Amino acid sequence: MRHLIRRLSIYVLAIWAAVTLNFFLPRLAPGNPAEAVFTRLSQQGPVSPNTLHALEIEFGVNTTDPLWVQYLKYLNNLLHGNLGVSTFYFPNSVSAVIAQNIRWTLVLLSVSVLLSFTLGSLIGVFMAWKRGSALDSILSSLMTFFYSILFPWLALLAAYFLGYVLGWFPFADGYNTRLTPGWSPDFILSAAYHAILPALTIIVSTVAGWMLTMRNSMITTLSEDYVLMARAKGLSTARVMFAYAARNAILPSVTGFAIALSAVVGGQLLVETVFSYPGIGFALFQAIQSQDYALADGILLLVIIATVVLNFIADLLYAVLDPRVRQERSA
Amino acid sequence: MRQSPASPATFDRAAQPAWSARLGALLRRSWSLVTLNRKVMLGSGIVGFFILVAIFGPLFVTQDPLKYTYDLVAPPSPAHLLGTNQGGQDVFSQLVVGTRSSLGWSFVAGLIVMAISVTIGLVSGYFGGFIDDVFSVITNVFLVIPSLPLAIVAVQYFNRSTFTVALVVALTNWPWGARVLRAQTLSMRSREFITAAKASGERTWRIIFFEIFPNQISIVAASFITTTIQVLLAVAGLEFLGFGDQATISWGIMLNSAYTGSALFQGAWWWFAPPGICIALLGSGLALLNFGIDEIADPRLRLKARRAPRGKAATA
Repeated sequence: MRHLIRRLSIYVLAIWAAVTLNFFLPRLAPGNPAEAVFTRLSQQGPVSPNTLHALEIEFGVNTTDPLWVQYLKYLNNLLHGNLGVSTFYFPNSVSAVIAQNIRWTLVLLSVSVLLSFTLGSLIGVFMAWKRGSALDSILSSLMTFFYSILFPWLALLAAYFLGYVLGWFPFADGYNTRLTPGWSPDFILSAAYHAILPALTIIVSTVAGWMLTMRNSMITTLSEDYVLMARAKGLSTARVMFAYAARNAILPSVTGFAIALSAVVGGQLLVETVFSYPGIGFALFQAIQSQDYALADGILLLVIIATVVLNFIADLLYAVLDPRVRQERSA
Repeated sequence: MRQSPASPATFDRAAQPAWSARLGALLRRSWSLVTLNRKVMLGSGIVGFFILVAIFGPLFVTQDPLKYTYDLVAPPSPAHLLGTNQGGQDVFSQLVVGTRSSLGWSFVAGLIVMAISVTIGLVSGYFGGFIDDVFSVITNVFLVIPSLPLAIVAVQYFNRSTFTVALVVALTNWPWGARVLRAQTLSMRSREFITAAKASGERTWRIIFFEIFPNQISIVAASFITTTIQVLLAVAGLEFLGFGDQATISWGIMLNSAYTGSALFQGAWWWFAPPGICIALLGSGLALLNFGIDEIADPRLRLKARRAPRGKAATA
């Protein structure tokens, strides 16, 4: 329990750091969003100076209050879920835009991460079991290549070959745009069909990491005495492989989940953009393209908070898997 | 006093051989390290090739990579080894010249990460107590901040340069290495050779960086390589989507022009494929180096197919 409380306080601190970073990043940078939009407007024609003031109010840009007052106001706004107004999806608020897009991202992310983690770890277990075999060497070298493949590059290749040339899967949008979004079976089927290529891209480019981690950890575990003992007792292969070796070998993968996850989240943002998938990655891309600062900041904050929450879940999972953590014998 | 076998630097200084002999010994030692392991050999071959291309490649490029010609989207030919793009620019010379930017920035960020993680990890592991607590909290907080979204937003606020992206990726990627190094330092702090160094009156920073640090080279190398791969992918990914400096030449910028010019949908594979393959190849080379270092550091991972009776017995 103490371990979890310690972790939890770290995560609360991480969220606070993210919020503070989000506050200071725009203020450290030269100029402000109101000025940026003002400059853009004045390039198109004459604009009255009052417009700048109006823009400053709209973006919540505040140059009169001292910094700490601005900071407190910002925190207060955040606690009320007020992230400002999106200019790209005007007049929707940033929270409304995020609420609408986050569902797409969450479903795609969780399905592909779960599939890739399970698949990668399973293959890793078998590769370690048959270590040194032809299958192991071929898969290892293939996976080394996939390990460092560029997400959006693979996404575009998939879109071209599986989507455009072969016509098997749709390669743009999150659903058939002729259907109205809702819980109808038609719509859900269409959404699932549209998710196949993005999910496949994420799975193929992340599975290698899980697989190689699991393989190495499994090889180390297989040389432990208790595995030899389990074999000597005449336990079935599957039982030795999964209940004895794999259960312990999975721990480094769970620890590495934090690192891998932030890479996957970043990769997913890129993949969504290539497939014009209606998640927050694509929204972030559009926000940056159209200089929608409030939306971009809101999405960044949300992504960081989501990563922190997912990390906490990984910690809980770790406590379930490793009794030493539960009994507080490990640091 | 017993000389620690793990700190050959002090030994070399005492003997003072000629610099040429020392250089020769260094080269021989590096060569034996490189050829020790098949993965390291292949990996350093690939990475070495790209480093050579990055350094000397641009000297051999005869065509101006930015020059517009009338051969628009031409397939590969003797005049244009990898064809041309939408502006009639030579893809091959862009590929060669772009190597420098893509590789260079990755190494720079890798070095920054190495510096931060070594300092934080060693200092907090060696001193323990309050300093360790503070550094551990900072490390754990940074550990969960995802770098790519932060880099995207930072590029928006600051200038669209590779420098911004590399810096953000570096600043968010040091915690993993720092954590591993801290744990290692913690376990090394009470070893005999440290006690000996303390007793002989060595300064604290000298103990940390000259006694402990050389023992952790393999971890440091691994985290340097991992960061290099991540920066390579992050920078290329962002440039791919158009968050790069369009005035420069790099693999990511090439991919961006192929993406916006819908190269694939025109069937111009020579325009789209080469930068992506180069990125994956260079990444694989670096990853192989990393796996090789793992195998050298952990003998249990070294596999000899013939000498694995357990695996055979299990399958029988």
